Amino acid sequence: MRNPQLNKQGELQHLLTLDGLPRGIITQILDTAAPFTEVAEREVKKLPLLRGKSVFNLFFENSTRTRTTFEIAAKRLSADVINLNVATSSTKKGETLLDTVDNLCAMHADMFVVRHESSGAPHLIAQHLQNTGRDHIHVVNAGDGRHAHPTQGLLDMYTIRHYKKEFHNLTVAIVGDVLHSRVARSQIAALTTLGVPEVRVIGPRTLLPTDVEKMGVRYCATMEEGLKGVDVVMMLRLQNERMNGALLPSPQEFFKVWGLTADKLALAKPDAIVMHPGPMNRGVEIDSAVADGSQAVILPQVTFGIAVRMAVMSMLGSH
Amino acid sequence: MHLPEAEQLIATLAETMRPRVTPDTCLVGIHTGGVWLAERLHALLGLSQPLGSIDVSFYRDDYSAKGLHPQPRGSKIPFDVEAAHIVIVDDVLYTGRTTRAALNELFDYGRPARVDLAVLIDRGGRELPIAASFCALTLPTPLPAGQNLQLERDDSGALTMRLIHA
Repeated sequence: MRNPQLNKQGELQHLLTLDGLPRGIITQILDTAAPFTEVAEREVKKLPLLRGKSVFNLFFENSTRTRTTFEIAAKRLSADVINLNVATSSTKKGETLLDTVDNLCAMHADMFVVRHESSGAPHLIAQHLQNTGRDHIHVVNAGDGRHAHPTQGLLDMYTIRHYKKEFHNLTVAIVGDVLHSRVARSQIAALTTLGVPEVRVIGPRTLLPTDVEKMGVRYCATMEEGLKGVDVVMMLRLQNERMNGALLPSPQEFFKVWGLTADKLALAKPDAIVMHPGPMNRGVEIDSAVADGSQAVILPQVTFGIAVRMAVMSMLGSH
Repeated sequence: MHLPEAEQLIATLAETMRPRVTPDTCLVGIHTGGVWLAERLHALLGLSQPLGSIDVSFYRDDYSAKGLHPQPRGSKIPFDVEAAHIVIVDDVLYTGRTTRAALNELFDYGRPARVDLAVLIDRGGRELPIAASFCALTLPTPLPAGQNLQLERDDSGALTMRLIHA
């Protein structure tokens, strides 16, 4: 079966997940993003690549940073951007997901940027478009349930490459709530595809998927073990809103054991970088001294995110 | 067809430009051949402004037909475009579409006082009302569309013109 993200020519048709996305495509996205970072310094911060195209931001779940950076990216490519806060509109009145999509197609949509609380929703839309012969309409997954958040994973890879140049000699630690994190899944898929030899996950067993080792990572039971000698520390947000049952004692206790403090960061390499996909819970998974410290690259991640999303959308829009 | 030596053409082009440039004139090379050529002209003419480069792949009018260049190199304009005298440099002038794209991109950085176009060879076949301000060689008869004329650079940095029959 053909990869549902690629067209017959092997080009990117939809961006749904980094799992199974060929290394060549990931590298192409990162290479394409590089020249886009420079557009922000121009007087006219616009390129004509998506001129005349309509990009629909379809957010069934709230988000500020991701929706805004997608909107900025599409606007810098000269697209018309339509933001739909679906959480408060048609679905509340009982319209199905695919009916919403069909209606927006009737408004001549060229691209959907989709965030949904259910894993697989963007895939369902992509399949529906394919089944109905609308190959000129593209879907970008902006985060679905616990499944994937591919543009976040890509911007994280861009950030790592920016500061560390290569992937093949790195040790990377992902810390925190992997179980509920679509970001972590996308990061792990990208890191392993790009050839990072050692990816560690650190966190309480209750917040890690069972069989986490099958994802090609090494499980570390303590921060001391996991952070030792790493080049990159990728923090995850504690997903309070996704948590059912007593997985955690309290945020304060979580911070004591798993929070990233200057003392714990000292175990990593001296030039290690600290990343966080945001929004941060200061004093829960990360100490303010670290979040605002010299090793944090959390704000550059946001800036790079615009260029990476421009790269993805321009590659999709080119066919 | 016999092609003249690229080095000879570069010298001719520099001499054509010399009376019409000042030390403050800014050169912008179009990737890739135009950038190599601009480097040479910059040295020969003794210009003081840093060299700029433009990758027009984000501005091509055939983007939707051909797709994005697999490895765009981006543009670097390290001087203030506002009120500057700018010379766009390219190895070969053909349809004029690349020049149009470069002009569009340049104006996103500011409003230059004057923009000129310098090319080594005008091969004919224009599809837009664009002409070179400086040109070392105009082919007497336009090259057929299937042929590709471009500047090439070897490991030692030597430049040669190459004609490729598609």
